[in-house]
Amino acid sequence: MTQQLTGAQIVFKVLEDHNVEYIFGYPGGAVLPLYDELIHHKKIKHILVRHEQGAGHAAEGYARSSGKPGVVIVTSGPGATNMVTALTDAYMDSIPLVCISGQVPTHLIGTDAFQECDTTGITRPCTKHNWLVKDIKDLPLILHKAFHIATSGRPGPVLVDIPKDVQFQKTKYIKKEQAIKIFPKTDVKIEENEIQKIAELIFKAKKPIIYSGGGVINSGEKACQLTQEFAKITGFPITSTLQGLGAYPGDDNQFLGMLGMHGTYEANNAMHDCDLMINIGARFDDRITGKIDKFSPKSKKIHIDIDPSSINKIIKVDHAVVGDVGKVLNKLISVLNKKYPNFKKSNKASISKWWEQINKWREKDSLFFEQGNKILKPQYAIKRLYELTKNRDTFITTEVGQHQMWAAQYYKFRKPKRWMTSGGLGTMGFGLPAAIGVQLANPGKLVVDIAGEASILMNMQELSTAVQYRLPIKIFIINNQYMGMVRQWQELLHDKNYSQSYTEALPDFVKLAEAYGAVGIRATNPDELDEKIKEMIDSPKPVIFDCIVEQNENCFPMIPSGKAHNEMILGPSEKKDNKITKEGKVLV
Amino acid sequence: MSKSLSAYSVENKKEKTEKHIMVVWVDNESGVLTRVAGLFSGRGYNIETLAVAQVDDAKHISRITITTEGTNSVVDQIKAQLLKLIPVHKVASFQINNKSILRELALVKIIGNKKNLEKAKKICNSFKTEYLDTTKSSFIVELNSTRSEIDRLIKELKPYGVASIARTGPLIMSKGSEITQINKGKIL
Ligand SMILES: Cc1ncc(C[n+]2csc(CCOP(=O)(O)OP(=O)(O)O)c2C)c(N)n1
Ligand SMILES: [Mg+2]
Repeated sequence: MTQQLTGAQIVFKVLEDHNVEYIFGYPGGAVLPLYDELIHHKKIKHILVRHEQGAGHAAEGYARSSGKPGVVIVTSGPGATNMVTALTDAYMDSIPLVCISGQVPTHLIGTDAFQECDTTGITRPCTKHNWLVKDIKDLPLILHKAFHIATSGRPGPVLVDIPKDVQFQKTKYIKKEQAIKIFPKTDVKIEENEIQKIAELIFKAKKPIIYSGGGVINSGEKACQLTQEFAKITGFPITSTLQGLGAYPGDDNQFLGMLGMHGTYEANNAMHDCDLMINIGARFDDRITGKIDKFSPKSKKIHIDIDPSSINKIIKVDHAVVGDVGKVLNKLISVLNKKYPNFKKSNKASISKWWEQINKWREKDSLFFEQGNKILKPQYAIKRLYELTKNRDTFITTEVGQHQMWAAQYYKFRKPKRWMTSGGLGTMGFGLPAAIGVQLANPGKLVVDIAGEASILMNMQELSTAVQYRLPIKIFIINNQYMGMVRQWQELLHDKNYSQSYTEALPDFVKLAEAYGAVGIRATNPDELDEKIKEMIDSPKPVIFDCIVEQNENCFPMIPSGKAHNEMILGPSEKKDNKITKEGKVLV
Repeated sequence: MSKSLSAYSVENKKEKTEKHIMVVWVDNESGVLTRVAGLFSGRGYNIETLAVAQVDDAKHISRITITTEGTNSVVDQIKAQLLKLIPVHKVASFQINNKSILRELALVKIIGNKKNLEKAKKICNSFKTEYLDTTKSSFIVELNSTRSEIDRLIKELKPYGVASIARTGPLIMSKGSEITQINKGKIL
């Protein structure tokens, strides 16, 4: 007879089969058999978080910075419900996660047993797929499938809910290689015809723009290289979504900066006025498009995406290719090279007028700010952080708010997988746990969470995790004593009614750091900033950097709600004649 | 009022909304109906009728038929979203026209005095109904027909004591030798 393994043993066998290095988790009654098994698997390290949401975001940070799926173990009931935010976050931003949750024993399901909840019911809309494993015989295949689904196509989170009795029951193990044979192949045939037509449009374009997104990074290093190659061959300007930052070097001259609500003047105007838009792995998110019926009215639009449901969902496009971005670009480049061998040279002239126009927009210097000699400007603080860390391989995570947008604007990423931010869901409390996952995946590298003083308190407890595992992450708090992004919207849209957006009774962050066994540093003026940042970088421990900044600074440029790309507010002096309409106020 | 300026898609060029019937072939496993129904409710599509049953006993495949209303682009989006569900094998959308066969089953129970029952029977006899149960004070008829025909029967019976109505919602099948090919693509 072949050897029989328990459910718990099978879980770890699968994790080993898939080369899992870390699991992020928190124990409880319904997963104790799994925690018993942990000790027998020395290759897999368990990171004990302080809250299950933290486990989820840490796994996201790990996945985003390593390209491998993040793995989480939580107990039934509250353990599972605490994971919901992280699963939703991962679903929105296409991050591969495998969450294993404990469930009450099968005979108690449906009886309102202690710590029972309908985990698969609750997580159905926020996972790519989920399973409740009632029969031990199904477990090995389901677990392999879970990894397969999380990482293939458009990546995303999956959840496997395992009742406690199933963790004890025995069955025959199925190896990964065997299991994989049963799964459908994930390759699609790329539409050659469309590629030919797209190549022609590229050849004819006078005012083209490349609009790249997180799909390029998800596709992998190769896709990023091909995007760069594509930009070099064509000489086209390129802009990026929030999630796509780093796929193309942020300090390159062809890069126009981020687009969208807080994108640069040149990127948004180029999107508006272009005659050809090439969307590579982005999804026409509403933070990007602004007002739909005024979105890039004169352009032909091309969309390359792995998810067929992203095509024509928001913006009708003229040509679409469904497939892995890297493979499609590879094909497109070879077609371009064959069809138009002299394109590179001839093209310079045909788009030179367009570049002249773009450079005029650039002269507006939409990211300009003035740093006086007393109070620190948040933009200045991030700019200095960038200057002082750009020569090493630095990884940035963020929380959500103004600081996040300033980080996207002023920190220039030269490589993919260096920028981890919650874009789709906009989850305050993401950055600190995510930094933990990033640091684990990238030992010895500098990992900085650019935070707000309000956001950081949402998962502050995870500093304890960082201290326990000696992960020297740096928490760089842009402390404006306001939920700055909320305050900004209240100023612009709600008649300066600053209702509940002042962050009263803040802790002393320096003392808080010390209480956790980390290091606390505070900077209050421009003169001491550089020196303090260096002190932070040099510290071998986790650091909270409390950067006291101007309280009323707004994040500009900005496309206000309900406006089009060419109706941006550039700065405080401009906003009067760009009044937001009643309808715009309703939007978030 | 000023024109709506939305950061989200505002439908100002109103596309025509029409009835569509979606047919979804799924693995008959626990929770699959919730996945399909949840997709509709979660994305704000509407389910007017729903009929489900296993059609392949060996492969455990169920066929789900859903009537919905939407523009062509909404229907395309529903289709793309349905195909992303793991247990979904293929999806077809039909418009209601003469290219396909539509059938719905209805059971109607009439309770009343002799006079009313007689009048009701007279109406039933003018449709292709079948009597399934008859007592002194009641009867049940079955009508297997199109949706509008069933609507008409029920409307005409209304004054004579309609006590209970059960309808399956329509089933649909394309005419001729055409069938729905696998359209899942190979991306999970
Ligand atoms: C969990 C969660 N709750 C509420 C919000 C809404 N929200 C967006 S930004 C923000 C304020 C963030 O304040 P802070 O962290 O201090 O960042 P700042 O904008 O000041 O840089 C809030 C409350 C959110 N994004 N996430
Ligand atoms: Mg703040």
